[in-house]
Amino acid sequence: MSKLLRRREVVTELLKGRGDLMVIGGLGAPAWDITHAGDHDLNFPLWGAMGGAAMIGLGLALAQPKRKVLVVTGDGEMLMGLGALATIAVQRPRNLSIVVFDNERYGETGMQETHTAHGVDLAAMAKAAGFAQAPGVRTMGEVSKLRKRIHAGEGALFAQVKVDPEKLPLVLPPRDGSYLKNRFRVALLGPDALQQ
Amino acid sequence: MKKTADPSWPDEVHALLSAAGVRQVAVVPDAGHARLIRLCEKDKSMCVVRLTTEEEGVALLAGAWLGGEKGVLLMQSSGVGNCINMLTLPIACQFPLLMLVTMRGDHGEFNPAQIPMGNTTQAVLEAMGVIVKRADRAEDVTEMVSGTLRLAFNTYRPVALLIGQRVLGAKDFRKLTQSVPK
Repeated sequence: MSKLLRRREVVTELLKGRGDLMVIGGLGAPAWDITHAGDHDLNFPLWGAMGGAAMIGLGLALAQPKRKVLVVTGDGEMLMGLGALATIAVQRPRNLSIVVFDNERYGETGMQETHTAHGVDLAAMAKAAGFAQAPGVRTMGEVSKLRKRIHAGEGALFAQVKVDPEKLPLVLPPRDGSYLKNRFRVALLGPDALQQ
Repeated sequence: MKKTADPSWPDEVHALLSAAGVRQVAVVPDAGHARLIRLCEKDKSMCVVRLTTEEEGVALLAGAWLGGEKGVLLMQSSGVGNCINMLTLPIACQFPLLMLVTMRGDHGEFNPAQIPMGNTTQAVLEAMGVIVKRADRAEDVTEMVSGTLRLAFNTYRPVALLIGQRVLGAKDFRKLTQSVPK
């Protein structure tokens, strides 16, 4: 039995009592994970745009500096947009947290290994880019601490959570992008958002 | 090389963007955008976000719109190829996106490596479903920005304005071998 963290337990803990936290879910398993924790108007799960999750989080965090933004994504998705770590570190948004569920696999395409299975350390890369905080997370106790830091908004924060490469049933969010966008904007900005 | 001396369009475009409430300015620099970038950097109501690659800007501005802010992506035509899959976001979700693209591989180009992307910029964007307009005279740029800005934000679509190399003047590589520009 693997001692690695289980991604659905981690996401459930991170989103417990989420309040008005805004959540971007990266393409693939992280989108199913945030939906497993409970579909929510302030979730924006991605059905595409691989490599873009962290940058969507940055645009949102800059637009809403008083609100907290959490990006949950996977190691494969993060590896495709590594430059974003540099771009985000330069902007230093206090209200943005990026949490990578690192199972060292491309889970949606047949569990092929990613670079993180061969020594590439995303947390070290985030630190080198300029994130002051980039913990590696290995226990549920550390996940609870991470949750507090996300909600405290003392970022920019990057965290790499090593998770079990388990195969799980998909939990699908709505997939109409325009609907996902509009429900998010109405929840955040009010009904007038549709008149802008 | 024919180059418009001290063109006024960057100032007019900055004023237009400001009046339209554009707050996030995503940038991979190009010489043709240098003055506009400087104006945006000086503008305290704007946040200039330097990118490592243009597709980051497509994602950034989707996030900005989710959060209620307008943005613009300033880039060179070479960067259009970097954006293609990320354009899924504004197309599938109907996000407004204004891309102001200064052309290379266009009028009077010197560098052969600029041709493949420059010569296909419009076709590639249109193949993805982006609305594309062009400005090939300095006096047209401001009006075309005004029109494309409204198209993007009124109809929730990705729209690209290609600013032709004829407006900007081709980079004179041979001259740069003779002296270092001030």
